[in-house]
Amino acid sequence: MGRSISWRRLVSRLLLYLVFISLAVIFLFPISWSVITSVKPPAEAAAIPPTGLPSRITWDNYLKLNEFGAGAGRYLFNSISVSVMTVVGTIILSTLAGYGFSRFSFPAKGVLFLMILATLMIPFQSILTPLFLILTRLKLQNTLPGLALVYITFQLPFGVFVMRNSFDTVPRELEEAALLDGCSSVSLLYRVMLPIVLPGIITAGIYAFLNAWNEFLAALIFMNQQSMFTFPILLNSVNTGLYGAVDWGALQAGVTISILPSILMFLMLQRYYIQGLTGGSVKA
Amino acid sequence: METIRNRPAETAVKGRNRARHLPSRRQLAGLFFVLPAVTFTLLFFIIPLLMTIWMSLHDWPLIGTPSFIGSGNYDTLAADRQFWTSLGFTIRYTLLVTPPIFILAFVLALLVNLPLRGVGLFRTAYFIPVVIGLGASSLLWVWLLNDRVGPFNTILRQVNLLQGSLVWLGSFDTALFAIIVSVVWKTVGFTMVLLLTGMQAIPQEIYQAAMVDGASYLGRLRHITLPLLRPTIALALVLSVIGSFLAFDQFYIMTRGGPRNQTITVVYWIFNNSFTYFKMGYGAALSLVLMGFLVILSMLQLRLLHREISY
Repeated sequence: MGRSISWRRLVSRLLLYLVFISLAVIFLFPISWSVITSVKPPAEAAAIPPTGLPSRITWDNYLKLNEFGAGAGRYLFNSISVSVMTVVGTIILSTLAGYGFSRFSFPAKGVLFLMILATLMIPFQSILTPLFLILTRLKLQNTLPGLALVYITFQLPFGVFVMRNSFDTVPRELEEAALLDGCSSVSLLYRVMLPIVLPGIITAGIYAFLNAWNEFLAALIFMNQQSMFTFPILLNSVNTGLYGAVDWGALQAGVTISILPSILMFLMLQRYYIQGLTGGSVKA
Repeated sequence: METIRNRPAETAVKGRNRARHLPSRRQLAGLFFVLPAVTFTLLFFIIPLLMTIWMSLHDWPLIGTPSFIGSGNYDTLAADRQFWTSLGFTIRYTLLVTPPIFILAFVLALLVNLPLRGVGLFRTAYFIPVVIGLGASSLLWVWLLNDRVGPFNTILRQVNLLQGSLVWLGSFDTALFAIIVSVVWKTVGFTMVLLLTGMQAIPQEIYQAAMVDGASYLGRLRHITLPLLRPTIALALVLSVIGSFLAFDQFYIMTRGGPRNQTITVVYWIFNNSFTYFKMGYGAALSLVLMGFLVILSMLQLRLLHREISY
């Protein structure tokens, strides 16, 4: 009797693992197949019907990305710059504001906090038209800092919310003890508070990075000079084809370049990502 | 807090009087900390928001002077057949894409919630497409679905589900189906994690008590998990609806709005009017209509979140 039960358990375990593994194959196949295709010799990457594993590994498809517009390097530089500026800007502004909203009282505090949070409800898609005019007027259209300023603004509600909550968890006694010990308010923030709110900073940073790195619509609108495109916009022009035909190998090389940083960052910091997801952040 | 605020300077009579009228130094410090974030929000969010209202009352070309036309843009909107087609299509897309995302996410969440060794790895695997950009994922699927070089048709042929080859993005029904498949693949992990978190917040004691009473797995699912998960389920649905309603990237990249403008979504139509035809006043009017709808949905979301956190 006992033996038959354990047999049933074993079989159901095996079946479950079979389901888990098949699902993993379905979820990961598109990505891994794209990565594999990107290192195939161009003729194999464009073969009809598609072939299996590459006969040899080459970087030719990656090199061909340079033939588009101002070259892959330029677009990578644009995307990396905008993402780094967005992450740094979001972290600095959110941390300062989170500290201010958590620890100080000042006139209109409630109204200002609500104003920042309320922008969570309004999709950025619906203010693109006037934003375009403002950026043009400020001569920030087609500039990397201009796009970063817009991205930072979109990341702020979540960032400020996360940081205010993080600062709220720091016990007041800790702060008072540090002040009594003669700690200045600047070094209080820097030495005492920052290490404690670091998880919040990482959370806000990951979201800012992923959103800036992956963003498509705003970059499409604000960057209409070819040399100022971000990487996702370059990919879109690879897909429309250089000489009328799509270079499938180059497209997969581009897709690989654009998805790997996101995946690596997620794998390294997934704990914080999930925390942010469940911390009332949720705005995909 | 009090020990920090009651600095000697402020307890002096003069300081106290001044504090009543002007912000104290500490208050100024607080304002100073929040000022950068507030400035950004004002400049790049609140002002554009007010401008949208102002622009929507004008004929606003890219070059040349805007002219006031009152409700003119809204009259155009009411008679704009492409707008209504787009709205209809966006609603249809939302209604079609939400159930598969939700049902699959729910099943996946139940699976990855099982106490099995290595289940965390699978959780991660199913979530990975979420962190990819929608643009990159759409391009990935353009290739996967391509009738000549893409592996999708080849696989379907191998399992005898398809004879010959099918140009998925070439006709409305198959294109819509293909885009839904790609979006489900990319976003289902997000809803899965949301539901999983909700499931894990349910106290284990309730399940243990039910097991003592002899409740089966399905019984526990029906009488414990589902009812207690209701706020999370509602939140997941609202978020999915908001996301689908703002759809743009996948249609811009995969179908270019075609065939015959049938897959133009509301955001796509705003994009076309504002940035292709440069009818920016009209684009603003369309934006306001979209905004109104989404603010209602978002208020629903905030209420659910609030309940979710207190639960």
